[in-house]
Amino acid sequence: MWQFFHKLGSPKWFFGIAARLMPWLLAGGILLLMAGIVWGLAYAPKDYLQGNSYRIIFIHVPTAFLAQSVYVMMAVAAVVTLVWRMKLADVFVKSVAPVGLVLTFLSLFTGAVWGKPTWGTWWVWDARLTSMLILLFLYGGVIALDRAINDEKSAARAVSVLVLVGVVNIPIIQYSVEWWNTLHQPSTFKLTEKPSMPAEMWVPLLLSVLGLYLLFGWLACLRMQTEILLREQRTRWVKDYVLAGRG
Amino acid sequence: MHPIRKKRLTIVLFLLVGLGIAVGLSTYALRQNINLFYDPSQISAGEAPVDVRIRAGGMVEEGSVLRDPDSLMVEFKVTDFNASVPVQYTGILPDLFAEGQGVVAMGRLNESGRFVADQVLAKHDENYMPPEVADALEKASKGRHAASGSAETVSY
Repeated sequence: MWQFFHKLGSPKWFFGIAARLMPWLLAGGILLLMAGIVWGLAYAPKDYLQGNSYRIIFIHVPTAFLAQSVYVMMAVAAVVTLVWRMKLADVFVKSVAPVGLVLTFLSLFTGAVWGKPTWGTWWVWDARLTSMLILLFLYGGVIALDRAINDEKSAARAVSVLVLVGVVNIPIIQYSVEWWNTLHQPSTFKLTEKPSMPAEMWVPLLLSVLGLYLLFGWLACLRMQTEILLREQRTRWVKDYVLAGRG
Repeated sequence: MHPIRKKRLTIVLFLLVGLGIAVGLSTYALRQNINLFYDPSQISAGEAPVDVRIRAGGMVEEGSVLRDPDSLMVEFKVTDFNASVPVQYTGILPDLFAEGQGVVAMGRLNESGRFVADQVLAKHDENYMPPEVADALEKASKGRHAASGSAETVSY
């Protein structure tokens, strides 16, 4: 098990694995996401109360879900960076932070577009919306802090600490709708109970969440490969790889 | 595990636990400020300040909506099934506004305990269903109502 862990720390080894995984992640992601979105937007029944406007759920929920889960992954990587000083963990954090930022922005934007027809307002300062906005700023802060420090190692540590500090926000986002009175409705999906929507609505939603996960995996691999090439540009294997690619 | 790594891991865990406690305590202390709205029980217990802009939220009581035929004024009661607060509002209501639906109103509570709203937002719940299912459910619950005559509690 430890051997696997040490292998995982080797950028060269990861580079090869990522190259092999990526086509599958991309194909699976596009397939599932398209299936989920088309089914959700065109074929799923409309809601008895919200009519067709509820369909934005098929984009809003996957992006919001991924935005939080990417942050949790970053926090795990931050612990690995701080404790084991594994280079690859830092590469991961640096590569996915902008992706998380975009996902958070998309979930806030689609939520606002949804809020206008259903609630009657684009934005309200309730606990769920505000904590999600804080998540957006956290992603922005992680990116900015990483850019602000030139030395790779100190940047990695500073960023890891910031990511870890921010992780307390995740349970707040998750439980905000239960702990406080909010305008945002409570979760439709709970771990212990049946979802409070019929299968012809939650199956396409699940498909698009899974599809977005796979696509995120593909994008993370791609960005990590780029970052590895940049960082390891003076090593033998990168030179060989680049020369082979040119020839 | 290497002793240095063990030490680092302990520090990281301490950081997380400490932060968790600090944030937990402060959000607990601020819980009334974080709540978006007062519910009718709090208002009728006198916990909400009078003549200050606040929000009140709950369900629109069945059969309580009165529309003024000459203007946009509308009156309704907001309830949490323990207490209810009369709300007065002039303006256009959101599409989802209906009896039995959740709302959050922003406005002031006057001395007579009436809530004068200047904004009404609809709050919907986490349940989604196709219209046919909703119709069928409603028919079924009406049937049961007629049979037992008991009031059904609705969650919001």
